[in-house]
Amino acid sequence: MLYIPGNNPAMIQQGGIYGADSILLDLEDAVALNQKDAARSLVRNMIKVTDFYDAEVCVRINHLSTPFGLADLEEIVPLQPSAIRYPKTESPEEVVELLKIIERIEDLHGLPHNRMTLHAMIETAMGVQNVFSIASQFSRIDAITIGGQDLTADMNIIYTPDGAGIDFARKRIIMAAKASHIDVIDTVFPDVNDEEGLRKETEYGKKIGFTGKAIINPRQIDIVHEVYTPTEEEIRKAYRIIKEFKANSAAGIGVFAIDGKMVDAPIVARAEYLLRLANVTVV
Amino acid sequence: MKPKIAAQAGTFESSDVIFLIEPLPKGAGRKLELTSTVMQQFGESLKRIVVEMLDQFEMTDIHLIAKDKGALEPTIKARLETAIKRALGQQEGTL
Repeated sequence: MLYIPGNNPAMIQQGGIYGADSILLDLEDAVALNQKDAARSLVRNMIKVTDFYDAEVCVRINHLSTPFGLADLEEIVPLQPSAIRYPKTESPEEVVELLKIIERIEDLHGLPHNRMTLHAMIETAMGVQNVFSIASQFSRIDAITIGGQDLTADMNIIYTPDGAGIDFARKRIIMAAKASHIDVIDTVFPDVNDEEGLRKETEYGKKIGFTGKAIINPRQIDIVHEVYTPTEEEIRKAYRIIKEFKANSAAGIGVFAIDGKMVDAPIVARAEYLLRLANVTVV
Repeated sequence: MKPKIAAQAGTFESSDVIFLIEPLPKGAGRKLELTSTVMQQFGESLKRIVVEMLDQFEMTDIHLIAKDKGALEPTIKARLETAIKRALGQQEGTL
């Protein structure tokens, strides 16, 4: 997910050409306080007519506790981007209030309540503590994300390249997302010149369960894609597992072996997931 | 409607446009100063968008300066709308 400052027309109009799976038009931290109105108007006008190609378009609004959040919702919700990202989510009660406002605006415009989704951003210690109750109760929340920079600020620690300070938070957020069967997106890697560091952090994130990563520069797209895209070898292996599974199932066999290794339900489930990710159908 | 205060919106960056609006005495009408790095190709379009939006907001007695660095139509509309609303005192911003 490529972050794009909401007050930068050059970056917004080019947002779709870089090949990111989704772009996040940011009205929050990337916009100066005295330009919130300008960014809101720019994002509204741009979303209406700009071709972002295959990228999903999400908008990060300001928190409702700020003077800007309500105006953001009133102007952006009618456009029905793919998702609205809500920053510093700390409790399910907050989400209830947020959804009431969103649905009121949607009713005003004759829009359904189930088209645009929500991403809840967890950026505070309280949010980390409450993350499962946030992630699990609302059908409109289809992703949670961790905001590493704000979280370290809330915890009064320094963000370090090894991510030690936020490792517990990452894993707790991931577990909440997995238990809720929704996506979970890792925080940005702030050093755009450190490609090795980005790859290392992205690989770690994938290993512990993130389903994607936020980025702040188009240069970071290829590395994140490489890490998260199944390799040909992985796809072939998964394909073979499913093919054998289907054949064995037809013969009434639940557990079987491939190349001497046991294949049971969890292995099959993982193979199915990988093939879905790769958009491959077993014939 | 007449602007209450002078206001601006936009930047001098490439692909952006900056609008500066200031009120004029009653009856002065509209004074437009439009410059663009792509004036030859898109000058007419810029003027059309400006006049249409000023008509939409029924803006009179204003001095409008625009310095365009190749902004696309949605950017022009967004920046002008913001400048107008700031000048009308409907939104906060700079200047």
